[in-house]
Amino acid sequence: MSEQQNHTAATRPEAVIAARDLTKRYGKTSVVDAINFDIAKGEVFGLLGPNGAGKTTTILMMLGLTEISAGRVSVLGFDPARQPLQVKRRVGYLPDAVGFYDHLTAVENLAYAAKLMGLGVAERSRRIAAALTCVRLLDVADKRVATFSRGMRQRLGLAEIIVKRAEIAILDEPTSGLDPQATIEFLDLIRELKAEGVTVLLSSHMLDQVQRVCDRVALFRVGKIAMMGSVAELSVQVLGAGFVVEVEADGAGIARRLAAIPGVGNVETLADDRFRMTADRDVRADAARAVVAANGALRRLSVDEPSLEAIYARCFQVPPSGGVRDAA
Amino acid sequence: MRREGSAFQGVGAVFVKELSDNISSVRMLMLELLIVVTAMAALYEAIAALRQNTAEDPFLLLRLFTVSQAPLPSFVAILGFLIPLMAIGLGFDLINSEHNRCTLSRILAQPIYRDALLLGKYLAGLATIAISLTALWLLVIGLGLIFLGVPPGGEEISRSLAFLVIAIFYAGVWLSLAMLLSIVFRSPATAALVALGIWLFLTVLWPMLAPAIAQAIVPPDPRFAVLGLDTPGTAIWTQLLQRFSPNDLFGEAMLAVLSPTTRTLGPVFLDQIRGAVMGAPLPFGQSVMIAWPQTVGLIACTIVLFVAGYVLFQRQEVRA
Ligand SMILES: Nc1ncnc2c1ncn2[C@@H]1O[C@H](COP(=O)(O)OP(=O)(O)OP(=O)(O)O)[C@@H](O)[C@H]1O
Ligand SMILES: [Mg+2]
Repeated sequence: MSEQQNHTAATRPEAVIAARDLTKRYGKTSVVDAINFDIAKGEVFGLLGPNGAGKTTTILMMLGLTEISAGRVSVLGFDPARQPLQVKRRVGYLPDAVGFYDHLTAVENLAYAAKLMGLGVAERSRRIAAALTCVRLLDVADKRVATFSRGMRQRLGLAEIIVKRAEIAILDEPTSGLDPQATIEFLDLIRELKAEGVTVLLSSHMLDQVQRVCDRVALFRVGKIAMMGSVAELSVQVLGAGFVVEVEADGAGIARRLAAIPGVGNVETLADDRFRMTADRDVRADAARAVVAANGALRRLSVDEPSLEAIYARCFQVPPSGGVRDAA
Repeated sequence: MRREGSAFQGVGAVFVKELSDNISSVRMLMLELLIVVTAMAALYEAIAALRQNTAEDPFLLLRLFTVSQAPLPSFVAILGFLIPLMAIGLGFDLINSEHNRCTLSRILAQPIYRDALLLGKYLAGLATIAISLTALWLLVIGLGLIFLGVPPGGEEISRSLAFLVIAIFYAGVWLSLAMLLSIVFRSPATAALVALGIWLFLTVLWPMLAPAIAQAIVPPDPRFAVLGLDTPGTAIWTQLLQRFSPNDLFGEAMLAVLSPTTRTLGPVFLDQIRGAVMGAPLPFGQSVMIAWPQTVGLIACTIVLFVAGYVLFQRQEVRA
C-alpha cells in the first residue's frame, strides 16, 4: 500500500485519483484498455467519448462496482477493490441512471443513504436539510420521489453527494435529459462543489457544457484515452492553435506587427484591413496595442475560443490509424 | 485480504427499511390473507372434529395443529404448503428489483459491504415471516382456548413453540432460495417462475419420484410384498431421497414435535418396537431430539443457499 502511495506521490503530488494501466475485459474484448490518468485535488475532470467508449466502465472500476481485470487505480490513496469502505466513505457517486425508492419521500430516501453512511440522527437531519436547500428541493422534501421529474431526481442524487460531504464527486452523465435551464442550474451546482474544494469527475456528451465547467478532459476512444488535457492544450494539439482572433483595422504594417506578438502562429490577410490570426492564447489586448502602435484605427476585434466541439469532431473523424497524437 | 470496518455495518439500516417496506406492501397483505384464510378453514374443521371426539386427550391443543378433516388437510400441512409460497413471494425480487430500479449502484456506493445489504434484506424477510407466523400461532392458541375451553399445558406451549421455530427455519430455506434466484436472474418474473417451479417439483413431484427412484435402486423383494410389507432397502432409500425436499424435513420435524407419541421418523422395523410401550408420549426433550436432525438439515440447506447467493453477488457487476 505504502509503495503504491509513494508511486502515486512521485508522479503527481496532489493526485487524488491515479489510474495505472487500468484495464477491463469482458471475455476477450478490452472495453477499457490500459489507461493511465491522474486527477488533481480540486479539479473538475471530464470524461468524453462516444457511446460505448468505456467511460462508465472506468467509473465503475474506481468504485469497486465491477472487477478490475488488470492494472490498478487508487482513489485518495486507497485501492477500491481492497479497501472499498475507505473509498466509498469519501467518494460520492451519481450513476447515469439514478434510481430512488419511489414509495419513499425525498427526505426518506436521503435518510436511508445517510444511515448507510453511518451518520447519527441529528447530524442526518441537519445535513439533509442543508443539502436539499442547496439543490433547491426543500419545498418538495416530503413528496414521494415517484412524482419527481428527471431533473429533480438528478438534483436529489447530487444532494446525496452533498450529504456525504464527499471529497470526490463522480457524476456519470449528470445533465443528460435535462432541459437547458436545468442544465445551467446543474452546472452551477457543480461549480459550487468545486468552490468547496471537491474534486469532480464528470462524464458527458454535452461538449459545450463540459467545456464550461471542466479544467481538464480526457477523450476516450474504444477503451483508450485518445487525448487528455485542458481545452486550450488540446486545441493546440489537434487544431494547431487554440484561439482565432480577427482584427479589422487600418494602419501601416499591421500584419507585420500582429505576427510579431508572442504566441501568434500565422496571420492571414483577408482584405486590406482585415486580418485573421491563430494564437495559443487570447491575444486581443496585444493586438489592440499593436494597432495603436501603428497609429491605426481599430474597428473590430473578435476572438473565437477553442471549442471542444471542434476538437472532438477532429479527434473522432480521423480514423484510429490516423495521426492523432496519443496523450495517454 | 483483511477488511476494514465491520462487515455488518449498515445491516441494521437495511433491515429496518426492508422490514417496513415488507410490512406495508400490498403483496405481503395478500400473502397473509391467503395464509390466514386457509389456516382458519383448516382450524375450523379441526375444532369441529375435536369437539365431537374427545375431551380426554392430554394434548388437545396440539391436535389442533395436526388433525385433518376430510377435504381439508391439517393446519400444519397447509403451512408446509404455504410457507414456501410466502417466502418466495417476499424473496424473488430482493436483489433484481434493486438492479431494475437503478438503486443498487447508489446504495453500494455508500460505505457498506455487499454482505450487509444481502444479510439485512434476508433478515428483514425472515422477520416478516416470523411476525406473521407468530401472529398465526397466537391465533391458534387463542382459538383453542375459546372453542375447546381447555387451557394449554406447559408442554403443549413448548411443543407449539418448537413448531413455530422450526417453521421459521423452514421459511428460511425458501427465502434463501428465492434470494439466490433474485441474484441469478435479472428479471423478477423469471426468478419467481423458477422458484415456483422448484417448489412445485419438491412438494408435488418429488414425493412421487422418490419411491420410483428407490425402487429402481433397490427392487422390491416379492417375499416382503407377499406379507404386505415394504422391502427394508427400498423403504430406506425412499426416505433418504425424500429428505432432499425441505418439505419432507419440515413434515418429519413437525410429526416429532407435535405428535408426542412419535418415537422414530425412519421406517419402523419389528425389532425396534420390541419392548416399547406403544402410544405412550415421549417427553418434550426426547421429541426435540428426534426432530433435531431434520431441523439441522433445514438450517444447513439455508446456509448453503445463502452462501451460494453471497458468492455470486460479491462478484456481480453493478451497472446502474
Ligand atoms: N456486461 C458486459 N459484457 C460485455 N460487454 C459489456 C458489458 N457491459 C458493458 N460492455 C461493453 O463495454 C463497452 C463500454 O461500455 P460503457 O458503459 O463503459 O460505455 P460508455 O462510455 O459509458 O458509453 P455511454 O456514453 O453510452 O454511456 C461497451 O461497448 C459495452 O458494450
Ligand atoms: Mg456511460
